[in-house]
Amino acid sequence: MKKDKIFSLLVYLFAILAIVVMFGIILSVFSEGLPLLNSIPLWAIITGTEWYPTFNPPSFGILPLICASLLVTFISAIFSVPLGIGSAIFLAEVAPAYLRNILKPMLELLVAIPSVVYGLFGMTVLSGFIMRLFKVPLGLNAFTAGILLGIMATPTIASVAEDAIFSVPVSIKEASIGIGATKFETLYHIVLPAAKSGIITAIILGLSRAIGETMTVIMVAGGSPIIPHSIFDPVRPLTATIAAEMGEAAHGSLHYHALFFIGAVLMTFTYVFNILGEWFRKRAIYRQ
Amino acid sequence: MRRFHHLKDKFYIFTVSILTLISISALFIILYFVFRKGASVLSMDFLFRFPRNGMTEGGILPAIVGTFIVSILSVTIALPFGLMVAIYLSEYAKDNHLSSFIRVSINNLAGTPSIIFGLFGLYFFVNYLGFGSNILSSSLTLAILILPFIVRTSEESLRNVPSSYREASYALGADKSTTILKIVLPSAIPGILTGIILSVGRVAGETAPILFTGATFFIKGLPLSPFSEFMALPYHIYALMTEGTQPDRQVPIAYGSALVLIILVLLINILAIYIRNKKRVKIE
Repeated sequence: MKKDKIFSLLVYLFAILAIVVMFGIILSVFSEGLPLLNSIPLWAIITGTEWYPTFNPPSFGILPLICASLLVTFISAIFSVPLGIGSAIFLAEVAPAYLRNILKPMLELLVAIPSVVYGLFGMTVLSGFIMRLFKVPLGLNAFTAGILLGIMATPTIASVAEDAIFSVPVSIKEASIGIGATKFETLYHIVLPAAKSGIITAIILGLSRAIGETMTVIMVAGGSPIIPHSIFDPVRPLTATIAAEMGEAAHGSLHYHALFFIGAVLMTFTYVFNILGEWFRKRAIYRQ
Repeated sequence: MRRFHHLKDKFYIFTVSILTLISISALFIILYFVFRKGASVLSMDFLFRFPRNGMTEGGILPAIVGTFIVSILSVTIALPFGLMVAIYLSEYAKDNHLSSFIRVSINNLAGTPSIIFGLFGLYFFVNYLGFGSNILSSSLTLAILILPFIVRTSEESLRNVPSSYREASYALGADKSTTILKIVLPSAIPGILTGIILSVGRVAGETAPILFTGATFFIKGLPLSPFSEFMALPYHIYALMTEGTQPDRQVPIAYGSALVLIILVLLINILAIYIRNKKRVKIE
């Protein structure tokens, strides 16, 4: 009996520790990032267009970095949304069972490839290809990074969207086919509307993965902290800035706090995405 | 009209098939380049020798060893923690604020970008606790990164244990902890094991969390103490591609390292799929 009490106490302790860890991460990133506001007002950081952390005097405007993150995420969505949802429809509605059993693990493997390998592929193969195809001077740019992020987000979108499409009851599909609708009409008018919330969740999770990705963009996006004017401009997203500069920033310096501040901004972006995704997921469950 | 409708059907099936084909072919294109370019440098010397001449010659032994040590260590640290949280969620949690709060925390951790774990590790383990930049700090950082994944896979396997097992155990007079430790946990082991193996594969490929918590471009000898810096395969690839002055000699080594890393990750995934299938047969 005593052993039972001790065990359940331990279980509760670890469960609560999970909450502590979560808050610990949020608190530490914010507490190391917010001191930047003592030196520079929030407005000047968010709208500042010059990121020169090592100049004298330094300048910590993160607008170019935010623009870069949003641009590569947007480009990635142009690829990942059609590819992911198309694959999801194929797997859930079209593919016979044997094909599904082969293709699904392959999509899982796409997730398993380390991001640094995507970066290597992007630097050595894709960038040259993009340079020749679009006749642009630099292969390492927002577009190349966006394509890679798109490939990386595709399996996430495909797997979540496939679950949503697959869970639409067979009975309503049969009813639709039964009254003479074609497969396409059934998909477009019955299945997709029923799975809408789940598909939106899938897209949001895909975007969240793209905006938080680090190694691919640090290797492929080009690294220039300037507001992009074209999708073929080299850019430096939030994640890449942290990863590239933290090694050089002295502990406790303004630069160090600025990089944590960028971390806090990045966290805010991803949590907004996650909360939205969760909201749509709950709606999907509620509807069923 | 009918024919037009069937044409639309054909077009729709054609479109989604092509989109799927493109998604899957991305996997094969990347694997093709890694295997083709990596295979030419792969040799026994490459696997079992130390780097020489500022990373432009020699092997990658310390990076392989470093990746092994840090991956195994981080999953070992995360496992008891994750398993306890999973036991809470599957066996103890009532439908209340505490349990939904824990669930939200785990989901949030899972959605946090990996570079944020790097920042946390730098602030907390390296500086605040004063561990410094080494194997220990990196492993702890990666352990937190992989925690939500271990919780999810373990919770699922625990939930898949039929409730009749638990009831039979209670009927024999066993208490809750005995039932969980002697009945539920052993029945869930194949699923938990699959989760552990996949975790090792994931952690092995992570770069961002170890950038400023312990990974380094070069060490002399092998990292034999938890307080030494270490080389790791993914960091090695990154460093070879972004530092140094001899890209024509560094890129092939980067591809060789990528091939080793990919083979490691593929083997791990195949092993996990094998265990999962074996479990399925057993239950049937």
